[in-house]
This record gives sequence, structure tokens and C-alpha cells, in this order.
Amino acid sequence: MKTTLTVFLKEVKENLRDRRTIMSALIFGPLIGPLLFVMIMNVVLTRELNKADQPIKVPVIGAQYAPNMIAALKQQGLVPQRAMADPETAVRDRTAEVVLRIPKDFDKSWHKGESAQVELIYDSSQSDTGGSVDRLKRMLEGYSRHQGAMRLVARGLSPTMMVPVSVDDRDQSTPQSRAGQLFAIMPYFFILTIFMGGMYLAIDLTAGERERQSLEPLFANPVPRWKILLGKLGAIYVFSLASLLICVTAFGVCGTFIPAERLGMLIDLGPAFAGQVLLIMVPLVMLLAALQTLVAAFAKSYREAQTYLSILMLVPALPSVMLSAMPVKVANWMYDVPLLGQQVGITQLLRGESLTMMEIAQCIVSGLVVALLATLVTAWVYRSERLAISA
Amino acid sequence: MIEVRDLHKHFGNVKAVDGVSFIAHDGEITGLLGPNGAGKTTTLRMLYTLMRPDQGQVLVDTIDVARDAEAVRRRLGVLPDARGLYKRLTARENIEYFARLQGMDEARIRARRDQLIAALDMADIANRRTEGFSQGQRVKTAIARALVHDPNNVILDEPTNGLDVMATRSMRRFMRQLKEEGRCVLFSSHIMQEVAALCDRIVVIAHGRVVADESPEALRAQTGEANLEDAFVKIIGSEEGLAA
Repeated sequence: MKTTLTVFLKEVKENLRDRRTIMSALIFGPLIGPLLFVMIMNVVLTRELNKADQPIKVPVIGAQYAPNMIAALKQQGLVPQRAMADPETAVRDRTAEVVLRIPKDFDKSWHKGESAQVELIYDSSQSDTGGSVDRLKRMLEGYSRHQGAMRLVARGLSPTMMVPVSVDDRDQSTPQSRAGQLFAIMPYFFILTIFMGGMYLAIDLTAGERERQSLEPLFANPVPRWKILLGKLGAIYVFSLASLLICVTAFGVCGTFIPAERLGMLIDLGPAFAGQVLLIMVPLVMLLAALQTLVAAFAKSYREAQTYLSILMLVPALPSVMLSAMPVKVANWMYDVPLLGQQVGITQLLRGESLTMMEIAQCIVSGLVVALLATLVTAWVYRSERLAISA
Repeated sequence: MIEVRDLHKHFGNVKAVDGVSFIAHDGEITGLLGPNGAGKTTTLRMLYTLMRPDQGQVLVDTIDVARDAEAVRRRLGVLPDARGLYKRLTARENIEYFARLQGMDEARIRARRDQLIAALDMADIANRRTEGFSQGQRVKTAIARALVHDPNNVILDEPTNGLDVMATRSMRRFMRQLKEEGRCVLFSSHIMQEVAALCDRIVVIAHGRVVADESPEALRAQTGEANLEDAFVKIIGSEEGLAA
């Protein structure tokens, strides 16, 4: 116990003196997620909100053939722009998001009572045009429906004739669950933070010591290697826990800066959320520390360890990517799988649903079991003769 | 006392140590002499329990390394080939860290630390971080760290490697002092003058085997060479890997 404590205190002290570790574990690692998140969210939300309210500028070709329709669209917020010679090219090279073309015979078809055709020219592969295209389409459909109803009324028929089935939306999502969907990437930020928080330490304490050739004198001391390993793991735990704590706190603060409620969403990253996240993440701290040390133990140099660990970093991303690519129904067994359990659990919390004690216990127990296994394997690798020999 | 009996160690097809036996007595300096790659470092690594011999036995103060490695390590002070200081810790903190790992209490740590800092004449660097230390300062710190628990047996792997004349002299003085304190001092070297000047006993290793185990005088007499360097070349049978 005393040995482990000695190693632990020395590693913490030594790494607190290393600017690179501090920057990565306690500043960049935990803060980059929340900052990036707030920035992206603000840009996305502000743009969506602005687009919904603001007039929409659309170049119109042949406006003179349908003056009534254009007047009606103008009332809905359309601002017709001057026509261009080649709308197809204009759309492709993004000088216009969408162009409305009214053919010469629009008026003729209109008066005959036939469907008068208009064309929307746009490029759906340009992601940010979707909003404008949809809005213009809705305006045109609204106008079309309205005119159709007028024609029916003029002939003495009820407009409901044209609507045999009417659809009414009953969306069961809550403001919180809508927000949860938007924030599905957040669990990965937390896991990444733990990873980043411990990474430089894990490298430094095993591969780094080996490269600097200090493992050999260290192991010449009359203490079992597993006690040394535990002290080192302890130091990694502390750094990645600190990193996680900073990250969770930063998200709590940043959450108040996201104008989610203006989109009818609610996001609660307060103390209750933070507490439960910390609780279910603790086993991951231990698991990742052991895994990182294990991987670093196979590397001969700092640089090599860094390469291996950046590959390992992709592993925790898998559940995130999987869950966002194919949203599966949350099943109980998922809480028994470390990483996936935490992912699912945090997603549930973001949706405003609470976790049962059982689910929290599942996350913790399964995480601890796997962490213990990883630690045992690492301790076994630590016993190898090869580990201490650097040259 | 360190007793080595018929040590073997191989790496893949290479027999690094192939039947090494010798005894290093208390109150004597024993030199392990051999060209680069002769198996000196591997032999020493088996003595301080970093490596397990394929075959053979090591006894330190009659304790078998295979039976109680920790007790052995407590009786050994080791300066490995790799000095490996912690560069973000000061010299003093480096020493204290190892003292704590040796399980010493704080009062004794303070006393021993100050004693070694004085003996090795390193008061001026004790509170500096070891990053940027000269080779000599690094070796001093590493030795202080290795001897902090006052071990009866001292193993030094190429202790004067990379040191300038002044530092080498003070290192020799220090080793003689260790001998006078009645300790068993075992060190490896590939430099003749050093071994001749210091050793009570010379164990010459070549190709993983002991080729001579004598006092310097006996070695000279045995080969009929007045010059120890010529004697050495004659014994190992080639000038390969030799550096004076």
C-alpha cells in the first residue's frame, strides 16, 4: 500500500510539472468538446431560426407570366430576384440556392383549368439549400391548394371533396427528447475526454519510462511490480477523472448558452445529470487506464505508443457511430456492455429519462469486471522481462 | 558477497551468457572486464533480478535470487547501464523516491540523503531538476539514488562511462571508499587502466564465458605481459570490441 502510494504521489507530482500533460489532460481534452459543441450548436440553431423568419430571396424567370401567383408568394415572404440567363449553372456553382421558372404557357394552361407547370431548379447535393427549397415548395403547394379550393367553391362544391383523408400530427416527443436526438454525439465527448485525460500519462508512465530507461533502475527496488503498476494506474485515474469532471462541468455551464428552447427543445446538463454521468463513467476511467497502459507496454518508444493509442481511441467511437447510424431500440442487455452501456445511459439521460438503480448498477458492475480483467492482463504483461529492457 | 554459479542466458539463437561463475567478496572491488557485447550487462542484470537465468544460481549474502528476489534487491545497490533519472524531478526528489520504495522511514531518508549528497559532492545540484544535467551529474545522482538504502553489495554497470577525467577520478575515489566501508563492490568496464587501478580481482568475460579470474598481478604473470592491456588482448584472443 505504501509502495503504491509512493509511486502514485511521485507520478502525479512529476506530471503536474509537465506542461504538455496538463494542457492535454486538463485544458484541451475536457474543454474542446464543450466549446466546439456550443459553437456548432449556435451556428446551426441560429441559422435555422433565421431562415424560418426571414424573407427568402429567389430568382424568378418568367415572373410576368404569373403576376397573381407572384403577388401571393410575395405575401408569404418571397422576394423575387432578377432572372439569370443560365439558372442551372447558377444553382450548381451556388450563386443561387433555388431558382423558380415559370413557362410562357403558364397563363394559357391556367385559364383552361389545366395543371399549370412551374419548375424549381436546385441542387440537392448542396446541403444548405434544403431549407429554402422546402419553404418555396410549401409556399407553392399552399398557393395551389388555395386556388384549387377557390375553383371548387366557384363551381358549388365543398373544398373538403379534395381532401378525402386529412392527417393530423400528434408528435409524442418532449422538448427534452428532441434535444436528446440532437445531442447524440455527446456521450462520445465524455468518453474521449477520459481517454485524452489519461493518454499522455499512460504513455509517459510506461513507454516513456522505458524510453528514458528509468524502468530498469525502478524495478531494481525491492517492491513487486504490480504495486508499482497500481500506483501508476492510480495517477492515470486521477488525471482522467479530473478531466472528466472539468468536461462535465463545462458542459453544464455551456448548456445554458445553447438557445435550444427557441427551437422548442429543453436541455438539462445540471448537477443531477453530471452526477449520474460521473457515476456510470468511473468504471470506464479504470478500464481505459488499464487498456492504455497495456497498449503502451507493448511500445518501445513514446512515439510508437502514441501511434497505437490513437488507433485505440477509435474503439470507443464505435458505439457512438453505430447508434447514430442505425438508431436501435434500447435493450436491457446494452447496459451490460461497457462503452455501449455508458453511451446508451447518457443518451437516455439527455432525453430527460431517468436511469433506474438497476441500469446504473449494470453499467458499473460490467465496467468494473472488464476493468479488473484488463488490469490483470496488464499486470501480467508488466511482469515480463522484456518490459524493463530498453536497449 | 555475491556468488555466481554457472549462469546461462540466451536470446533467440544468441548465447549472451554461457556458463559464467565467480565470487565477489566483501571489502573488495571486483571488476568485470570484457569487450562490448561480451555479456557483462546481461550477467549483471541477472544479478539484480531484472532477468531470470536460463540456468545457474546467484547468491547475494547467501540468499538465493531465485528464492527471494525482493530480499536480494534490498541488499543490492544498483547503478544500471541505463541511468534513467526522472528529469522533471530534482536530484533530491529522485533520491527520495527510491528511498521510499526501499521502505525507509522519513528520518532515515533525510539523514542518508544528506550524507550521500555530501559524499558525492553534489550539494550545488541537489535542488535542480535533473533535466539538462551533465553526464557526471547524472551518474552522481543515479549512484546516490542506488545507495540510499545503505546496501552491503554495490553493482555498478560501466560507472565511468562518458565521464571526464575529473569525474572519473572522483568516481574511483568513491568506489574505494565503498570498499573501505567493507562493502562488496562489483563493477563492469571495458577500460584496462580503470580495472588495473581499482580492482582486487578481475573477472574477464569474452563471448559469454569467464576466460580469466585473477588478481591484476596474477593476470600479468599468467600472460607474461607486463602491460595489462596486452594481457587482456591475449586472454580474449582478439582486439575486437576493444576500447581503451
